[in-house]
Amino acid sequence: MIKFLQGREEQIVTKGGDARELVGGRPSLAGSVSQRACVFCGSRVVLYPIADAVHLVHGPIGCASYTWDIRGSLSSGPELHRSSFSTDLREKHVVFGGEKKLYQSLNELIDKYQPQAAFVYSTCIVGVIGDDVESVCRRMTKEKQIPVIPVMAEGFQGSKKDGYKIACDALFSLIGTDHSKEISPYSINILGDFNLAGELWMLTGYYRKLGIQIVASLTGDGRVKDIRNAHRAALNVVQCSGSMMHLAKRMKETYGIPFMKVSYFGIEDLSDALYEVAGFFKDAHIMEQTQTLVKEELQHLIPALEPYRKALQGKKAAIYVGGAFKAISLVKALRLIGVKTVIAGTQTGNTEDYKLLKAICDDGCILVDDSNPVELSEFVKQTGADLFIGGVKERPIAYKLGIGFCDHNHERKLALAGYEGMLNFAKEVYETVSSPVWQFVNRPNQ
Amino acid sequence: MKMDKKTLNINPVNAFSSEAGTTNACKQCAPLGACAAFKGIEGTVPMLHGSQGCATYIRRYLISHFREPIDIASSNFSEETTIFGGNRNFNTGIDNIISQYHPKVIAIASTCLSETIGEDVQRLINEYREIHAGNKQLPEMIFASTPSYSGTHYEGFHEAVFATVKALAKGSEKTGEHINLFGNFISPEDIRHLKEIVADFGIDATLFPDYSDTLDGASWETYQRISEGGTSLEALQRCGSALLSIELGHILNSGNNRTIKRNTSTQSAGEYLQNKFNVVCKRMGLPLGIRETDKLFALLSEITHRPAPEKYRRQRGRLVDLYIDGHKYVSGKKAVIYGEEDLVVALATFASETGLKPVLCATGGESGRLRNTLKETLGEMYNDEIIVGQGMSFDQMESCIFQANLQPDLLLGNSKGYYIARKLDIPLVRTGFPIHDRIGAQHNRTLCYEGATILFETIVNTLLDYKQNKSPVGYKYM
Repeated sequence: MIKFLQGREEQIVTKGGDARELVGGRPSLAGSVSQRACVFCGSRVVLYPIADAVHLVHGPIGCASYTWDIRGSLSSGPELHRSSFSTDLREKHVVFGGEKKLYQSLNELIDKYQPQAAFVYSTCIVGVIGDDVESVCRRMTKEKQIPVIPVMAEGFQGSKKDGYKIACDALFSLIGTDHSKEISPYSINILGDFNLAGELWMLTGYYRKLGIQIVASLTGDGRVKDIRNAHRAALNVVQCSGSMMHLAKRMKETYGIPFMKVSYFGIEDLSDALYEVAGFFKDAHIMEQTQTLVKEELQHLIPALEPYRKALQGKKAAIYVGGAFKAISLVKALRLIGVKTVIAGTQTGNTEDYKLLKAICDDGCILVDDSNPVELSEFVKQTGADLFIGGVKERPIAYKLGIGFCDHNHERKLALAGYEGMLNFAKEVYETVSSPVWQFVNRPNQ
Repeated sequence: MKMDKKTLNINPVNAFSSEAGTTNACKQCAPLGACAAFKGIEGTVPMLHGSQGCATYIRRYLISHFREPIDIASSNFSEETTIFGGNRNFNTGIDNIISQYHPKVIAIASTCLSETIGEDVQRLINEYREIHAGNKQLPEMIFASTPSYSGTHYEGFHEAVFATVKALAKGSEKTGEHINLFGNFISPEDIRHLKEIVADFGIDATLFPDYSDTLDGASWETYQRISEGGTSLEALQRCGSALLSIELGHILNSGNNRTIKRNTSTQSAGEYLQNKFNVVCKRMGLPLGIRETDKLFALLSEITHRPAPEKYRRQRGRLVDLYIDGHKYVSGKKAVIYGEEDLVVALATFASETGLKPVLCATGGESGRLRNTLKETLGEMYNDEIIVGQGMSFDQMESCIFQANLQPDLLLGNSKGYYIARKLDIPLVRTGFPIHDRIGAQHNRTLCYEGATILFETIVNTLLDYKQNKSPVGYKYM
């Protein structure tokens, strides 16, 4: 058994072995080599896909450079989100302040690109050097007649999760400022889908078949005008609840819009999501359409998955992803293709999320919050996992341990949501686990 | 932004500098470069003194290029730390690194946040050492000052090289037989090749930083918390008693013409050793192409009093032969070259000696020395028509290409310029850092005769491939 860092004992639990609950939401320990990012990252990823807005990062160059065109979020129209705008602060701005440069940058960018809105992200040093970002944004809003929204997301002020909340508040400030869109009584907002590899378009395809209108997508393939009209939808459907629940709650409080939490990953969760949304409208036709759609999709999908299930039966997976709800969907989706989850961890889950995650995992599964490469590599050795599901930072850990890897992070270019996505997922898991390259590798744990 | 070719030439540094920020930067921040260099020290865990995000972003960025585990710790600043100082987090960070990794070295780089609030990292290191004075196992601690608002990742890299040598090198009464080779920010494969060359000359050399294994390891038998390899502590300690240092790159961290107060040093490791221990420093460009590689081989011959081994004379001969085979395919073709300053100089020299014409040499760096270095290195191959852009972003490169009507045939540089190549419908030959859209970046070879052979073949074949694909005829014989 490995020794964990002092202070992390409560963030690691083995189901069936430990009676206690896994504790989430703690700040990362210095020197632990956490896989987490920062507040800025949280707000940046949530707002990133809004394609007709300028996203200006106010700070030295790094934060903008590292977030340039990294998400696989597609747009059906403008692609402003794929450029990286930075005030590129230098020493003189640190000494004399960066407000002037911020003003000039906004002025030029808005004139050049004519965006529908601008988001200004403040990075670590902005507060420290005393720039009044909010006042510059107010001035620009007035001068340019578009919303210029400060996103006060200094990296050190908490964790990525706090950044989600700040992004939600920024979105909330836009909502309710336009009433020009035509809205059907059967309308929803999609919260927490980021249109990675066009996943949103799969969902809009399903909802179109059901006769449900999507008022705004927050934020995949996002448009400012849609977001401004979002308060007029009948229902908020929230995926990735870790990032978007705050917005759903605020919209319920202010506009009385009810919300439901869903997941579009895996057959079970996706079908449940569609039925729940259909059920909300209490309309026989919509329900009928839903039944037809699910039936048709499953008729194709179940036999298509069968060869993968057979080949993967008994394989073991390690999951380490951003949010707990994704982890829960993954456990279920893996089970459907015969794969057992032996490690389930997340960067940002909270104690309540972990109760749900633990409930659906099998005995012996190691649950972990805010893990790091040392722990993850030890857990893989301990459990004999055949596959790792995570992001770019976890990939080399898996490969050096000689096991397969599936990217389920926001950089991926393969759609994994929806029915089609489930098939892609099974195929990807199968291809990596059964690749002939592993014949040349001695697994350290075998 | 109105510009014509003439103004660009008169004032290349300021022609594109805009007070309105940077769009699509051709640079990363200084701590990233420091982390890459620190990976070249054996048994080292880098730590960034700042927010958690810096370490995570930089890890992701480096991993996407090298495709190896790259663990970088963070002192994980919170609001409280930012107000009251990072002392406690620093100590906890060091404690936790030691308990998880048992490293030989903890190499610390600062960030914009810790520099802005005035953290004195060297003092934190000294205090930590004092508290743990009884502990004989205490790792070495190295500190590089790398505020992200000063310089680019390239300056960060050289600052870390300098800081490491400064912290570890020891003098000796007796000058040794060995030499120091400061290899610059080159690929692991190029590092291996340089080591092969000096070994073939029979030279005992310390190449630093040597991340040829740590950032390009084999498949592992057992999981390594710290990747094997790197320049050893002993080798770094004896840097001070070397016969001489060879430093590859003319510009290195030699200046940042917009700096107000000097936070980062403008002294290279080679200069430091020369000033402190009288170790002669021979500086030359990156050995890319025949002209520049000849200079390195001449120096190695001078040091050893022996001609270059036959193997390399054959390699050179084959490269000349290849240049001849390919010269008509590249002749007069126009190239846009971009990346770190010394790389740009090296690529432009190489391109020019093959007949390929650099029309725009661009960098995110701002040493103020790019044009003169190009002039000196290119010699008679230099012409005033070459547009030199310092402090340039990809967005500015793109405007420049259109506004000066450059009509390039090819881009030569890292993968971030891909979108421009796509827009112009011309090929991009990937080299340098980062390469995020191909595998094998760690094996990107450019240096010395063999490297130039590979690079030249890639360029010619890319141009042929392009011509073939665009041809309505579809010749099978080119």
